[in-house]
Amino acid sequence: MKLARSDPRFPPRLKAIFDPPPALYLRGTGNPELLDCRAVGVVGARSCSPYGAQVARMLGRDLAAAGLLVVSGLARGVDGEAHRGALEAGGPTVGVLGCGIDRDYPAVNAALSRRMEDGGLVISEYEPGVEPAPWRFPARNRIIAGLCEAVVVVEARERSGALITADFALEEGREVFAVPGEITSSLSAGSNALLKLGATPITAVDDVLDALGIERVAASAEPEVSDAARRVLALVRDGPSGADELTARAALDAGAISAALTELELAGLVAAADGVFRALR
Amino acid sequence: MLGRTVTHALVGLEARQVEVEAHLQNGVPGLAIVGLADRACQEAKHRVRSGIVSAELEWPSRRITVNLAPAGLRKEGSGFDLPIALAILAASRQFPPDRLASHAAIGELALDGRLRPVAGVLAAAEGARRAGLGRLLCAAESAAEAALAGIEPIPARHLVEVVGYLRGEYEPEAVEMFSNGEAPPVELPDLADVRGQERARRALELAAAGGHNLLLAGPPGIGKSMLARRLPGILPPLTRQEALEVTRIHSVVGLLSRDRPLMDQRPFRAPHHSASVASIVGGGSGPKPGEATLAHRGVLFLDELPEFQRPVLESLRQPLEDGVIAVARVDGRAVFPCRFQLVASMNMCPCGGRGDAGTECQCSPQRLASFREKLSRALLDRFDVVVALPRPRAAELGGAAGESSEAVGRRVAAARIRLEREAPARTDASTALLDRAVERLPLSGRGRARVARVARTIAALAEADAVEEEHLAEALAYRSPRELAQ
Repeated sequence: MKLARSDPRFPPRLKAIFDPPPALYLRGTGNPELLDCRAVGVVGARSCSPYGAQVARMLGRDLAAAGLLVVSGLARGVDGEAHRGALEAGGPTVGVLGCGIDRDYPAVNAALSRRMEDGGLVISEYEPGVEPAPWRFPARNRIIAGLCEAVVVVEARERSGALITADFALEEGREVFAVPGEITSSLSAGSNALLKLGATPITAVDDVLDALGIERVAASAEPEVSDAARRVLALVRDGPSGADELTARAALDAGAISAALTELELAGLVAAADGVFRALR
Repeated sequence: MLGRTVTHALVGLEARQVEVEAHLQNGVPGLAIVGLADRACQEAKHRVRSGIVSAELEWPSRRITVNLAPAGLRKEGSGFDLPIALAILAASRQFPPDRLASHAAIGELALDGRLRPVAGVLAAAEGARRAGLGRLLCAAESAAEAALAGIEPIPARHLVEVVGYLRGEYEPEAVEMFSNGEAPPVELPDLADVRGQERARRALELAAAGGHNLLLAGPPGIGKSMLARRLPGILPPLTRQEALEVTRIHSVVGLLSRDRPLMDQRPFRAPHHSASVASIVGGGSGPKPGEATLAHRGVLFLDELPEFQRPVLESLRQPLEDGVIAVARVDGRAVFPCRFQLVASMNMCPCGGRGDAGTECQCSPQRLASFREKLSRALLDRFDVVVALPRPRAAELGGAAGESSEAVGRRVAAARIRLEREAPARTDASTALLDRAVERLPLSGRGRARVARVARTIAALAEADAVEEEHLAEALAYRSPRELAQ
C-alpha cells in the first residue's frame, strides 16, 4: 500500500519534518492511522551487549504495555529486541526499512517482520525492488525520528547510526533519551556522550511516560516465587552474575540454584545471556 | 601337492573365514598369490620366502600358487603371512598337514622368521571359535587378546616354534584366559582436580547418570576440555560384554595396549576439528571404523564444535539416534556400532569474548551469525544438557578441591540403577510447569521431550519417587539457550 504525502492519512508528525519522504509504502495488517499514535523510537547498536538486548526488550515491552507505539529499524541487536519486547506485550509495533518495501533486510529478521505485520506495520519510503545501501539507512533514521515523539538510544558506539536518529530527533524538537552504560565499554561510548550533551537519562520506562505526560501504569504485583528464588533474585539484583557465583553466595547447591533461576526466568524477573543472569526491572 | 590353512579376513568388524591353499607343481620356480590380495598381502611373497629360509626350513624349489578363497573377498593386511607360510610348508610336507586341522592362523612374518602381531586378532579369534576351530596360531604378543575370544591361543615368537609345535616337538606355554595380566589400570583424570565450576560439575554428573549428550559453552580457558575428560571416570564400569565390544573395535584398528588387551575402561576419543567425515563415521575402501565407533560405550568429545566442518557434524546426527553406522562402499558394506555419549565444547562467539567479563566481544553481527549458523537446530537438539559457563572470578578458583570422581561415580551408578528399574513419573504440578515453560520459552517439541528426560535423571539422582517441580525447573535450566541457536 502506498501513502503519498498528499494523502490525508499520511502521518502528520512525519509531514512536519524538514524533508518528509514523498511517499510511504506500507505492508502489514495494521491500519495506516496507527502511524498517528503516540510513538516512541527505540534504537541502538546492532552488535549490542546482552545488557543492551535485555534493556531494549524490557523497554519495548513496557512502552507497548503503556499503550505507546514502538518504532524501530528492524535491524539486528537493539532494534529487533525492541520490536520483540513490544510484541511480547501484545502491542503493535512499526518497523522502518532502509530498502524496498518488498525486501526483508536483514534476512535473519524475516520471521520477526512477519509477526510484526500481523497487527502492526512495516514501512519504507522506497518502492519495491530498491536494494539496501549504506546511505539509505541514515535516511531511514530520519523517518524513525520523524514518526516519534521521543527517541530512546539504548546502546551506541561512538559513530553509531542510532546517534544519527537522535540528531534528527533533536533537530525536529523531539525528546531524546539515552540509557546510561558502563563508562569503560566502547559499546556505550555513543550513548554516554549523548547524555553528556544533555539527553535525558532513562532508568525506567516511567521516565519516558512522565516526559510525554502519560499516566504511569500501576506496577503489576511482583509474581509469587519460592523462598530460594527470592533469595537468588536479591543477589542477582546486586549485579549480573554467573550461576557459580550465586551458588557460593546463596549457600544453595548447583541444582537448587538452577531450579531457582528457571523459576525467576519464567516469572520474567531474570534473563540469562551467555551464562550470565541479570535482573529485569 | 596341496597344503591348506584357515585364517580370517576382516570386513568392517566382522571376521570372514579365508582358506589359504598352496599348490606345488613342476615348472619355473616362483610364487604367485591369487584371490584379491591387496598390496600388503602381495608383499607377503617376500616376507614368507625370507622367513622360511631364515627359519632354516626348506623353500620348495617348485612353482608355487597360493590361493586365498573365497576369491571374491578382498583381503587386506599382513596377517596372511603366517597362514601362507604354513600352507607352503604343509604342501611340501615339512610337517604332517593333518596337524593343521582345527587350527586357524594369523600373524605377520619378519624377514628373520620372527612373528609379529597384527590388528584384529580378537575378531579373527572369535571367527575361529564360531567356525568350530579350537586353536589359533598367532604371535606371542597377540595371545592374550586371542584368549579373550574363548579360544586356545598357540603363542609363538618365531616360525620355528610354530613348525616345532606342528611337528609335535614343542609345546608352547599355556596362556591365562580372560586376564589383563599384572599391568595396573590406566589412571583416569579425577574430578577432584576441578575447583569451583559447580554448575558444570552438576551438568557432568547429570550427563553421566542419564547418558545425556552434553554441550559446554564458554570463553576459552575456563576448563571445558578438562571437565569433559573427567566424564569417563564417573561413568559406571563396562560390563564384560561391553568391554569385549570395545576391545574388538580397538583391536581392528590396532589400538590395543599389549599389556592390557581387555579394554575395561570406557574409551575417550577427542578427534581434532579438522577431521573428515570418513575419519569420524568410518570409511575407506574396506570400511574401517571411525572415531564415532572407537568411542562406542564411551565418550566422543568434539572440542570447538563450530570449527568442525558442517558435513561432519551433520553426519553424526543419524548415528546419535540409531547407535549404529552403516557404511556402504563399492567394495563392501559394514555396520559399525557407535553407542557413544557426545560431549562438545564451544566458545560463545568466534573471538571468544562473550561470557567473559574482562573482555568485550569484537565480533561483527555477520560473523556471529555465520558462527551460529554452523550449528543447525537439528544438531543442537541432540544435546540434552547445555550449559553456558561464564568465566569464573578469581575467588571461585581459590576454593577447596571438589568432590572426587569416586564419590560422584557412586551416585551416578545408583541413579542409573533407579532409572533402569523404574523411571520416576511426573507429578501433575511438574507437567503444568513444563507446559507453562513451553509457552513462555523458545522450546520445540523435541526440546520438551529432552527437558522431560533430564528431569527424570535429576529425580533419580535425588532418589525421589516422582519428578517434582524443582527437578523439572532445574532441567529447564539446561535447555539450549536461545542465543546459541537463534
